[in-house]
Amino acid sequence: MINRKTAFIKRFFQDFYLVLIVVFLYAPIATMTVLSFNNSKSRTQWGGFTTRWYTELFSSSTIMDALYTTLLIAFVSSLIAVIIGTAAAIAINSMKPFPRSLLMGITNIPMLNADIVTGISLMLAFIAFGISLGFKTILIAHITFNIPYVILSVMPKLKQTDKSTYEAAMDLGATSVSAFFKVVFPDILPGVLSGFLLAFTMSLDDFIITHFTKGAGINTLSTLIYSEVRRGIKPSMYALSTIIFLTVLVLLLITNFAPKRKK
Amino acid sequence: MNKKLLSGPYLMWMIGFILIPLALIVFYGLTDKSGAFTLSNVLSISTEEHAKALWLSLGLSLLSTVLCLVLAYPLAMILRTRGMGQGSFIVFIFILPMWMNFLLRTLAWQTLLEKNGVINGILSALHLPNQGLINTPGAIILGMVYNFLPFMVLPIYNVLMKIDDNVVNAARDLGANSLQVLIRILLPLSIPGIVSGITMVFVPALTTFVISNILGGSKILLIGNVIEQEFTKGSNWNLGSGLSLVLMIFILISMALIAKYDKNGEGTVL
Amino acid sequence: MKKRIQMVLAISALALLSTSLLSGCGKSQAKAGSNGEVYVYNWGEYIDESVIEEFEKETGIKVVYDLFETNEEMYPVIEAGGVKYDAVCPSDYMIQKMAQNNLLAEINFDNIPNYKEIDPKYLEMSKSFDPENKYSIPYSWGTVGILYNTKMVAKEDIPTKWSDLWDEKFKDNILMQDSVRDAFMVALKSLGYSMNTTNEQEIKEAKELLIKQKPLVQAYVIDQVRDKMIGGEAAVGVIYSGEMLYIQNEVKDLGLDYSLEYVIPEEGTNLWLDSWVIPANAPNKENAEKWINFLCRPDIAKKNFEYITYPTPNKGAFDLLDPELKNNKALFPDDSMLKNSEVYKYLGDQSDSLYNEAWKEVKSN
Repeated sequence: MINRKTAFIKRFFQDFYLVLIVVFLYAPIATMTVLSFNNSKSRTQWGGFTTRWYTELFSSSTIMDALYTTLLIAFVSSLIAVIIGTAAAIAINSMKPFPRSLLMGITNIPMLNADIVTGISLMLAFIAFGISLGFKTILIAHITFNIPYVILSVMPKLKQTDKSTYEAAMDLGATSVSAFFKVVFPDILPGVLSGFLLAFTMSLDDFIITHFTKGAGINTLSTLIYSEVRRGIKPSMYALSTIIFLTVLVLLLITNFAPKRKK
Repeated sequence: MNKKLLSGPYLMWMIGFILIPLALIVFYGLTDKSGAFTLSNVLSISTEEHAKALWLSLGLSLLSTVLCLVLAYPLAMILRTRGMGQGSFIVFIFILPMWMNFLLRTLAWQTLLEKNGVINGILSALHLPNQGLINTPGAIILGMVYNFLPFMVLPIYNVLMKIDDNVVNAARDLGANSLQVLIRILLPLSIPGIVSGITMVFVPALTTFVISNILGGSKILLIGNVIEQEFTKGSNWNLGSGLSLVLMIFILISMALIAKYDKNGEGTVL
Repeated sequence: MKKRIQMVLAISALALLSTSLLSGCGKSQAKAGSNGEVYVYNWGEYIDESVIEEFEKETGIKVVYDLFETNEEMYPVIEAGGVKYDAVCPSDYMIQKMAQNNLLAEINFDNIPNYKEIDPKYLEMSKSFDPENKYSIPYSWGTVGILYNTKMVAKEDIPTKWSDLWDEKFKDNILMQDSVRDAFMVALKSLGYSMNTTNEQEIKEAKELLIKQKPLVQAYVIDQVRDKMIGGEAAVGVIYSGEMLYIQNEVKDLGLDYSLEYVIPEEGTNLWLDSWVIPANAPNKENAEKWINFLCRPDIAKKNFEYITYPTPNKGAFDLLDPELKNNKALFPDDSMLKNSEVYKYLGDQSDSLYNEAWKEVKSN
């Protein structure tokens, strides 16, 4: 009886703690959502309810262009990072301990290095080699910091795969390429996907590295917002964030609570 | 079949876009405007205003790292015991905010913390005295904890989930209580996650310049602000690079720690 | 389960991408210019976006539009030449610095017939940084002053001079400008020195004064002064006159129980000009001149003024304004109110770093 009671109290405190953390994480997001319906441009005054920022959003070519650039860079950089990173992970996995830890060490650099140092060092390199700053330099920078996330997501899955299945496939006459795609790839696919997703998110959220490597006439959402911070953010920006957030949230809820398919 | 060849593109990429750029920072940091060798850029960290900024950054980022750890560990424990590990739903709860731009989220905190902000509005509705929250070191710490908490939760959660329930049950069968299980089993086994969480929080917190600008009212100068200003406003790239080199010492320490405690890369974010 | 969620999220990412691809493609096609392009580098929120579209439609020149936040941030970009711009809109002292370092091209005024619309008064003002008026064409101008909240500041405490910003009464209620020159201008002027001083002793005194003021300051901000003052966050703030129209309208719209008033301090202030210049390495100089000429057209200048609300030096546009606006003294002050005011000058690299170092000390203190 006492045990049940303490278990109940324990559960209550656990729930309470979870709720607190979720409130902490989502309070600013709720604030933004509210501001996206604020009729006043001011961040601090409530000027009545409006949806005009949502209509203005779609007619603002600056924001739509920045959104397009942001998504394009996030997608292309994650894709290229997945290809290079997965290949590298396979190679690293088959290496001897020394070159392996050397490569993993290099992999860790962009993860652990300060964003500001990574951004500045890339900017210095682009200027030193006469590469004019623009779309391609942002893309290169994003691929650079995305690759490690892919490698670190794929490596654990590679370790779990059974080498003998791959060898068996080869013995049965498969070429190494088809053996890889038929046998190994399905096993590491979850790692590849989560690597892609993580890279996509990191690219979407990056400001500092983009800030230093971007050039003329190009803005991602982050850099556009930063240039607006000083003059006051256009509420359309809050509207856009609310839309993105709700889209992802709804998709997440659908996948989580949809009836489970039988395996 | 030579699998090692597959690392070719990766190696070239890393040399071109990680190692060479870093070498450039070293070059700029160790030369003056005319290109002659000098240590003065690196040594300028000891000047009063730089040293102050560095100490302040170290203090604030250490504090926020500790706070993140204190908040994250129980959270990861709860998630583990409540068996929320089946779906990755819970993981996405922590990644989801990152889909909203980090600048906007930080700016939203400004709206919450301001004198006439939401929190003070709630306080005065409850007839409690208003608090001066914004533009203080506390606001900066809050911003850091908020932005970097997921990087602490996820690695710890990941290592905790990998611990076999049977190990815990065995310990219990042998008479260990909850505290002993925590200290003897869970904590030691989750060290890789803790270490990687600490570095994932500490380094960005140490070097941020945006959070201190937005939530600190630019009154508090952190080392990240100094470096950013040397590059964007002071246009003294050599000094900025020299100070970046000083920061890299802390990053090297982090890498060494990771190499020591997390050999197999277990404590990764996903 | 895990796999499925990841799949769906990846797919959702794709969906987001494809929608934006669709919207993005449509736009970029409409934009492609038949008569070349012009690379414009301007302050954030410093133009009515529809003006860009109008220009593109009228001339067939595609505008590649980019933003900067401070003169100091813009300068190395132009100097490094990583990106080559055709038209840039820096402030006074920066124009002088760029001209001195041979970064500017002489403008061919034959290509800019609308130049005659600029009030000669402002060309005279420009001479302090562009002595022969050959590199720059004024775009907007203004003063820097003190904005105060009528509810938070008692009648007898209404600030009239810069030194009022050192009044203990305003502790934690002062918003200062977060830029070297503007912050030092306030301190130097209150000491009675020129804001263009290169005298080490005077700079040092100003620095000490700013350090003394720091405990009273709520925050160092740039354009956020505006929103913070409207929100009643602070009692007094240092602000650019161009924000006044927006502020007055917003105060009216929100029905606040206080108003915000603008004062030009008696010690004199910074009279600033932002002007269009053409960098020496501009690849499309003629298009840049077309662009500047377009902006000088009275109806366009009026439209821009209405959007950015910074006073226009364009006589033609000024004449088109409502009488009420013409008489707005915060925006268009009488000459007598500007007695002791100066325009920023470029002080040379050495003095620049003197100021930068001093400012760093203020900030780290």
